Amino acid sequence: MSEPGTVYSIILAFLFAVAAGLVGSFALMKRMILAADVISHVALPGLGLAFLWHFNPLLGGGATLFLGTLLIWQLQKNESFSTEVAIGVVFAGSVAIGAALTPKEDLVDAFFGKFEPISGVTFVIGVLAVALIVYFIFRCKSALILNLFSPELAAATGIKLNRLNLLFLLAFSLTVLIGLRFMGALLAGALIIIPAATGRRLANSIGFFLLASSLVSVLAVGLGFMVNTYVLRSLSLAPTIVMVSALIFCLSLIRPRA
Amino acid sequence: MTTGIILSVQALKIQFDNRSVIQNLSFEVDDGDNVAIIGPNGAGKTVLLKALLGLVPYEGEVRWSPGVRLGYVPQKIAADRQMPIRVHDLLAAKAHVLKLHPRSIDAVATMVGLTPEVLNASIGVISGGQFQKALIAFALLGEPSVLLFDEPTASLDELAEERVYELVERLQQEQHLTVLLVSHDLSIVYRAANKVLCVSKDKVCFGPPREVLTPATLEAMYSAPPKFFLHRHGEEPEQQLKAAEHV
Repeated sequence: MSEPGTVYSIILAFLFAVAAGLVGSFALMKRMILAADVISHVALPGLGLAFLWHFNPLLGGGATLFLGTLLIWQLQKNESFSTEVAIGVVFAGSVAIGAALTPKEDLVDAFFGKFEPISGVTFVIGVLAVALIVYFIFRCKSALILNLFSPELAAATGIKLNRLNLLFLLAFSLTVLIGLRFMGALLAGALIIIPAATGRRLANSIGFFLLASSLVSVLAVGLGFMVNTYVLRSLSLAPTIVMVSALIFCLSLIRPRA
Repeated sequence: MTTGIILSVQALKIQFDNRSVIQNLSFEVDDGDNVAIIGPNGAGKTVLLKALLGLVPYEGEVRWSPGVRLGYVPQKIAADRQMPIRVHDLLAAKAHVLKLHPRSIDAVATMVGLTPEVLNASIGVISGGQFQKALIAFALLGEPSVLLFDEPTASLDELAEERVYELVERLQQEQHLTVLLVSHDLSIVYRAANKVLCVSKDKVCFGPPREVLTPATLEAMYSAPPKFFLHRHGEEPEQQLKAAEHV
């Protein structure tokens, strides 16, 4: 546990949780939950190719994620096309291509992630990526709020919506990419969605919502690690974290909605 | 009050999917004018406001005089009112985007009569009238010189509607604003506006209410005659127009 690579990996997991809570809060309000899941699944074909040709899975996953992000951005702009239909097709297509490309022995890791030590360089890049996401969310928080409330009023206030939407999607994909390593393509989106859904139940102001989502996300990762280390050692980490966050969400249902 | 042309629209043409919404519309608005935009449903009043704001593509010319700041109160907001956003969050967001001093939020809140309780309430729990006030406060942030209102009372009951119009009139006088207001309520148009712009497929007219709001114009515009419309001296305009309201 005390190897630097393992410590780096744990710290990055917590930092991912913070970014996931922040990005997830806005994704939830933008009603992008379906799109959110798809974005993480689009990484699968890239991961598959990386496993097949033995190069860094994050590079492969990142490449298809980036392409998927641009695709969804274009679909969002095109009102005549049903985004839901497109998402349905892209979702199933990505999973199928990913499953076909990925060697069988790597399939579970690609789907559900694998917790392993990371190099110092990966750690630094991960920290910079999280810093970039947090900076974007706080720098553009006001513009994002106005866009959520009314794109029309936001545009009338002088906000460039197209650019803002693209930047948000890129921040979203970058968050997924950081989580891809240990959460896998199927579950990376879950830690963006579930803690935000929990935070939403607890908060009645935007500031508290962002804080609550991030804290719940960090709590889920922390408890996930503990459960995985001390109780259910045979389980993979990502499913444990997702189950814990789902459990926290269920607990939040007891409290009347804020 | 008139000090010059603040808006000049020449040969404005707006199309959506090859369907012409506005054809060859030209008019001018002077500084301090209160222009009422009237017309039947679907005639393109909302689209016209959006074109003036630069939110939809158009042909022709829309020229605002230099340095004009626009405030916009939309007809309805499609926003999910369940979002955990307080009225104050919204105003603070606009103030932040426009780099205004946080104190400007208090100033507009006082101007429209938003209490601290309403400011701190979530947008999902406030009444329709309060929501409308919040939208007006939002439009007033940044000290606009022109306010564009799209049927500011469409979702309100009559009492709340009257209060919103009183507020608009008071703001116009206090802040020396130019106002462009889309309205269905001809009595309001008659009382508050100094110019009327009619927008409809067959008829476009522009001028002072007394010249423009004639039975013939209204009939041509709405394709149905107003029940009665008599102009008698010594009688309040509201009384004369009562029957022609909501045509």
